[in-house]
Amino acid sequence: MAKIIAGFASSHVPAIGAAIDNKQTHDPYWQRVFSGFEKAKKWIADARPDVVIAVYNDHASAFSVELIPTFAIGCAAEFQPADEGWGPRPVPVVMGHPQLASHIATSAILDGFDLTIANKMEVDHGLTVPLNLAFGSPSAWPCPVIPIAVNVVQYPPPTGKRCFDLGRAIRKAVASYPEDLRIVVFGTGGMSHQISGPRAGLINSKFDKAFLDRLTRDPKGLAAMPHIEYMREAGAEGIELVMWHVMRGALDDKVKEVYRFYTVPASNTAVGNIILENVAKPAKKAAAKKSPPKKAKSLRKAA
Amino acid sequence: MARAKSKTEEYEDIPGTFVFNAERSRQGYGINMFCMSLMKDENRKAFKANEAGYLKKFNLTPEQTDAVLKRDYNLMLELGGNIYFTAKLGATDGHSFRHLAAEMTGATQDDYAKMMLEGGRSVEGNRSKSGKYDKPAKNAAAKPKAKAAAKSPKTSKSSSKRK
Repeated sequence: MAKIIAGFASSHVPAIGAAIDNKQTHDPYWQRVFSGFEKAKKWIADARPDVVIAVYNDHASAFSVELIPTFAIGCAAEFQPADEGWGPRPVPVVMGHPQLASHIATSAILDGFDLTIANKMEVDHGLTVPLNLAFGSPSAWPCPVIPIAVNVVQYPPPTGKRCFDLGRAIRKAVASYPEDLRIVVFGTGGMSHQISGPRAGLINSKFDKAFLDRLTRDPKGLAAMPHIEYMREAGAEGIELVMWHVMRGALDDKVKEVYRFYTVPASNTAVGNIILENVAKPAKKAAAKKSPPKKAKSLRKAA
Repeated sequence: MARAKSKTEEYEDIPGTFVFNAERSRQGYGINMFCMSLMKDENRKAFKANEAGYLKKFNLTPEQTDAVLKRDYNLMLELGGNIYFTAKLGATDGHSFRHLAAEMTGATQDDYAKMMLEGGRSVEGNRSKSGKYDKPAKNAAAKPKAKAAAKSPKTSKSSSKRK
C-alpha cells in the first residue's frame, strides 16, 4: 500500500533557480541560502521517496488569465520546464506518475474535491526550484513527481482550510493505492514577501517563525487564518503560504519536525524550509543506497 | 455583495499594494495576455523590434499602452496587470523580479538591495492605510506582543517612479 511518510515545505524563489542556472551558488550571498538546504538534501537522499507530490503555484506559465483552475493535478507522463521569459530553465524534464495521479484525482473528486485534470502542463520555477533544493542538480530527477497547481494569482485563492482538507483527501487517496510506494508531499512558496507595488520588499520574520511553529502543533488553527492576514502581515505574495496547508493536511495530526531552516533574504523573499515526518512510522533510512527501490520496500515491509 | 465589498475595502486598505482580483483581471486582460506572449522568443524579438506596433494586437487602452511603453510597473498593476505576468516584460528587458521590485518602490537598486539585506521592509507601519489594522490580528501567525523596532515606512505614496 502507498503511504505518505513526510512533508517537505520550501520557498520557491525564482532567483534561487537563476543562481543555480548561472552557477552562482558559491557566492557568499547565495551560500547562506544553499548551505541551509544541505541537511534537507541529506534527509531526502536517505528517505528516498518513490514519488513526490508537489503542491506549487503556476506563475502565469501553464495558465494565463484565459483559464485559472483553483486546483489542478498533473496526470501527464511528463512535464516540460516552461519558458518564463528567459528561455526554459536547464533542468531535467519532470516525469510524472500518471497512474497514481489519476487515482488521486478520482478519489479526491469522489470525495468532494473537483480537481482540474491537466494532461499537458508546463512547469515553472514554482515546481523546479524546490526540486533543486531537495535533489540538487542531477541529470534526471530521482523519482516521479505529481504536480498539483494551486491558484494564488487571481483573488481569491482557495482558503487555508480548503487547502488543508485537500491534503486530507490526498492522504485518503494515497492510502487506497495498492502499490507499495513511499511518498513525500511538498508544499512550496512563501514565506513572507511582496514583489509588487510600492510596498515591495516587505518581510515579516516574526510571522514566518510563528507560522513554522504552528504548522507542527496547531495546523488546523493555522489553516483557519483568513487571506487578508497573510497579505497584510506577510506581503501580497506571502499568500503562497496557503499551499503549505495542503502538505500539512496530507500528514498525520501528530508529526515530528525533523529539520527547519530560515533565512532572509533571497532576492525579495524570506526563505523557509521545514521537514515534518509522520510520527507513527517515521521514514527509515535506506539500508543500501544502490539496491533497487522494490527490494528496499520489501525489506521495510518485513521489518 | 456586502461581503465582497468589505473584502475589497480590506484589500484596498493595505498600503502600496494592488490586489489582483476579478475586476483587475478583467481590466488588465490585454496587458496580461501581451505579457504571456513574451514567453516565446520570436515574440520577444518582434516586440523589441516594434513595441507600439506589437502592442496593437492586444487591445490595450491608450493608458495601458503608455504604461507598458514607459515600463511604469506600478501603473500596469493599477490598470489590471499582474506581477507574475508583467515580470515577463521585465525578463524581456533583462530584469529580474528584484530589479522590478526596487523600481516599484521608488528606491535605487542599491538602496533596495541594502534594505533587503538588512531584513527587508518592516511590517510595522505598513499594515494599514486607515490605521485600523496597525497591530497584528489575534489570529495572525505572529504573536501580538511581537514588536519590532519600527523602521519608518518607505512606502511611496505616488503611483510610481521610473528610472
